Amino acid sequence: MEATTVQKVPRMKKSTVILRLLSYLWEHKIWLAVAALLTVAANVIALWGPDLAEDAIDAIKGPDDVDFGTVYQKGIAMLLCYAIFAALSFILSAVMIHLSKKVVYQMRKQVFEHLVDLPVGYFDRNQTGDLISRLTYDIDTINASLSNDLIQICAGVITVVGAAIQMARIKPILMLVFAGTVPCLIFFTVYRTKKVKPLFRRRSAKLGELNGYTEEMLSGQKTIRAYGKEEVMISRFDRHNDKAVQAHYDADYQGSVVGPSVNFINNVSLALISTFGALLCLSGKLSLGGLTAFNLYSRRFAGPINETANIISEIQSATSAAERVFRLLDEPAEEKVKSGDLPLPSPLGEVELEHVNFGYDEERQILHDVSLTVKKGETIAIVGPTGGGKTTLISLLMRFYDPNSGEIRIDGQNAYTTRMEDVRRAYAMVLQDTWLFEGTIAENLCYGNPSVTRREMEAAARAARIDDYIRSLPEGYETVLDENGVNVSKGQKQLLTIARAMLVDSPMLILDEATSNVDSRTEQKLQAAMDELTKNKTCFIVAHRLSTVQNASRIIVVRDGRIVEIGDHATLLAAGGFYATLYNSQFEGAEE
Amino acid sequence: MKKLLYYLSPHYPRMSVGLAIKTVGTVVELFIPWILGYIVDSVLPTKDRTAIYLWGGAMLLLAAVAVSFNIIANRMASAVAREATRKIRHDLFAKISYLDAADVDRLSVSSLESRLTGDTYNVNHMIGMMQRLGVRAPILLLGGITVTFLQDVRLTLVMVATLPFIALSVYIISKKGIPLFTEQQRAVDGITRVVRENASGVRIIKALGKSDYEKERFDRVNQDAIRREKKAGLTMSATNPLITFFLNAGLAAVIVVGAHLVNGGLSDVGKIMAFLSYFTMISNALLAVSRMFTMLSKGMAGMGRISEVLDMDPTLYVPETAGEETHPSPFRPDDRSTPVVEFRNVTFSFGERVVLKNISFALYEGQTLGMIGATGSGKSTVIALLLRIYAPDSGEILLSGTPIEKIPTPRLREKIGVVFQNDFLFADTIRENASFGRDVPADRLAVAYAHAQAEYVANYPEGDGHLLEIKGANLSGGQKQRLLIARALAGEPDLLILDDSSSALDYKTDARLRATLRKEYGATTTVLVAQRISSIAHADLILMLEGGEIIGRGDHDHLLRTCAPYKEIADTQMGGMTLAE
Repeated sequence: MEATTVQKVPRMKKSTVILRLLSYLWEHKIWLAVAALLTVAANVIALWGPDLAEDAIDAIKGPDDVDFGTVYQKGIAMLLCYAIFAALSFILSAVMIHLSKKVVYQMRKQVFEHLVDLPVGYFDRNQTGDLISRLTYDIDTINASLSNDLIQICAGVITVVGAAIQMARIKPILMLVFAGTVPCLIFFTVYRTKKVKPLFRRRSAKLGELNGYTEEMLSGQKTIRAYGKEEVMISRFDRHNDKAVQAHYDADYQGSVVGPSVNFINNVSLALISTFGALLCLSGKLSLGGLTAFNLYSRRFAGPINETANIISEIQSATSAAERVFRLLDEPAEEKVKSGDLPLPSPLGEVELEHVNFGYDEERQILHDVSLTVKKGETIAIVGPTGGGKTTLISLLMRFYDPNSGEIRIDGQNAYTTRMEDVRRAYAMVLQDTWLFEGTIAENLCYGNPSVTRREMEAAARAARIDDYIRSLPEGYETVLDENGVNVSKGQKQLLTIARAMLVDSPMLILDEATSNVDSRTEQKLQAAMDELTKNKTCFIVAHRLSTVQNASRIIVVRDGRIVEIGDHATLLAAGGFYATLYNSQFEGAEE
Repeated sequence: MKKLLYYLSPHYPRMSVGLAIKTVGTVVELFIPWILGYIVDSVLPTKDRTAIYLWGGAMLLLAAVAVSFNIIANRMASAVAREATRKIRHDLFAKISYLDAADVDRLSVSSLESRLTGDTYNVNHMIGMMQRLGVRAPILLLGGITVTFLQDVRLTLVMVATLPFIALSVYIISKKGIPLFTEQQRAVDGITRVVRENASGVRIIKALGKSDYEKERFDRVNQDAIRREKKAGLTMSATNPLITFFLNAGLAAVIVVGAHLVNGGLSDVGKIMAFLSYFTMISNALLAVSRMFTMLSKGMAGMGRISEVLDMDPTLYVPETAGEETHPSPFRPDDRSTPVVEFRNVTFSFGERVVLKNISFALYEGQTLGMIGATGSGKSTVIALLLRIYAPDSGEILLSGTPIEKIPTPRLREKIGVVFQNDFLFADTIRENASFGRDVPADRLAVAYAHAQAEYVANYPEGDGHLLEIKGANLSGGQKQRLLIARALAGEPDLLILDDSSSALDYKTDARLRATLRKEYGATTTVLVAQRISSIAHADLILMLEGGEIIGRGDHDHLLRTCAPYKEIADTQMGGMTLAE
């Protein structure tokens, strides 16, 4: 049950990922400037606090020698100072949340919109669950990092610089210690980051795979239950789960070294400063007060470095998550790949296929040299054994895929150079695989053409023989179909999708096993409506019930990817070829 | 919370060791500044350089101990988080697998999916973080307070007086935070839903040119999620500034009170100075605590959503109890006069809508039941009830004379082969899709492919090792159906259920399939749902359903004579070529 989606793709460079992430922030540079300003203001004020405290303490000289005026004054000033600091930092957080949410919103939007524009085949190769994981967990991880870590790093930098200046003022020579430890810190961090990065990447990927499996299995639950294979599926879930938690642990295992190690380097510098400072004191080059103050500042120096060390792993998570998101965004979109720009404003509905060859992958060709000319208003029935290429042919017409060679023309215009949108709008389509979304029945019916009136919608539902059913529901047309459409049978769904197609105004119509789950009585009643629907339209009908195709203007028999017979019902039957065999076979079952 | 502790409890020993190590590592770190103080206060006056080197060395040593202990403890914490998460996810998935289908429908797959990964991820994060920061921060806090206590009790008390305020604000905020995070996660369910719908409907969406509409639809759930995330974020971000403010207000108070004490000769300035330095430690600790609370609220919200599912009980699933094997299979009655499947006055409804009304029939061993009827007449529901995916509102279902609710569910489903409409294929080999976790031997699979007319399997260079794309996207509709039928046949079922599962087959293949089924599975009790009369005409018992009621029953000939709607279908489908004539 390995995901088939794992492809070996070149890793993105970390700097590229970070630059790209920053470019999102850069779009909101005004907010970024506000945030920067607030960060500086808040931290400068925060640095002012200890000064006030020192001033107040300086006013306390000893018993009966306290300048209470100054003490109270400074005390109140401290309160004010921290009140302002608190207010500023709250506003800062609010700004950062606002900013990061803007980025997240935009990212999600971008990813989703890109997803919608990806070619159909992408969804056949990538687990929906993994895509969801990118849109939710990965972007969420980036968000957490943007809104928290950025402030912390900014604040940290300010504090560190401030403290460094103060220390340099006291005893520049002691700063030499940092000349040793800071490069150590940087080197260590860079080294760790390199080492840990693939682990974080793996962690994101495994969670995505787990979600992919989960999504797949939850979708197939009914079957799993019916076969009583819950145990097996659970144990397979466990395998994915094991990998996901282990990947999480592995990243943590290496990531957990960073915080304590940075602390260690800090502590070492503290130890060195203490020792050398003490020696300097002994030789009278440094006052005792100086040493204490220096240490105080070096602790303030260490604090933010520590904090930063703790969030390094979060930044790592964020960059690996970002990489997954960017990778999705870099998938070539359908439009870019193959949309032409010639408009096709009001197609008449003439279709030509010329020497079309196609295969989903290189090794296996599905369609061989298919040529066909369809005149406006013709009804073309496509029949033939399963796997012969009928649905593939339809997919090519809709440009879900493009032929490897050959040409498809609509009204004499090459579909390949025509705007994708216009090609698709030329067709209305009903597939065997019914699809409805969570929304009211009315919304679903009007999906293809939101401008239809209520009356038209109801007329279409009546024609599709589903009006009675809809009315029997407590909420009628306003009934919400839920995710799985559990309360609607497969056949009813097909009727709904037929009604939906009826409301689409297009010169061509594709019916791919549109009524396969509709019982024949209903189908018969539908016939009038279907006739109405197909009238004056160029139609392509894929069907197994040969009763549906008998009236087609032409029937093409597709077998092993080739058009083997073509003609109307009577001609083909008389010819006694494959179609005739197929046609006669439908009575065999009952003749025994 | 209780649920969380349940999952943590097996790891208490490991956690305790980890926490102990962490405590040592943290305390050791506290000694480092203390040594500095000692050098300044006691060593420097002696002017003993060796002692300075020694104490400096001690600091290095402690630093080394701290780093190694902290790393070990952090890793142990991660291991605990791993194990607990593993178990939580397993239990959650297992629970969902056995949950009543009605509950799964209600919760929705999208939400279950985001609980299984998103929420468990937050819980994983929380457990790890709580152990790492959860020890360090309080120790730094307590350590800081203890040291200040040793300096001056009264001044410390002044500072400690601010702690209740801090505790209260943290409490109130995280109390608010949990529901906000729950809401936030619910919004993620919405995102999941729209993406799922788009992935499954990609062809239609593109065909109808509705990409823009879908973008708009996603925009709505996205905005909703952003709104909730903002709200949760803003609420939580109040913690930090509040803590800083209260703490520093406490410090100001310490200075003022200190001034009075010094004035009265009860304390000295040095102590207030020392307070300043320990203060940094305390405030850093508290800030870490506040960060922890955000994670905690998020994790607890996730745990709440997980528990909601874990606390549900499957009512339909009957676990197997030892020593209750009355029949080798519930579909092989001891006595051939006992029906294998019997429905007695079964009524069922989805919500308020009655789907089946007073359904009664009996099917004997080796017989075939055919069901036909308009779309939405309840055919698939009969099958769902027979598989006990749903339970009837009233009436009885008996399998070989035993009420269905008395039969352990694993035994019930063990010898069933079923194909639903639009059944489920997954991204794996054809072999695995057919075997479906039953370890069916290769020769049996080969037979099943042959019987199911799935000869195309052999045309792949890797045979049934051929990999299917997601939902079997690289197979045609008919190939999918034949593979699904092979799956049903592979287990040599005692009860075979085919729900309109040959609709994508051409007549010829369908006819061959039917002939094979009759020949090879003649002794298998079979339930067929079909749209084509020819598919069920040979059945021993045919039920004609309409609006959830049986409007005709009997064999083909009988129905042709007695059931007008049936005859109508037969006439249209067979062009008058009926059996009776």
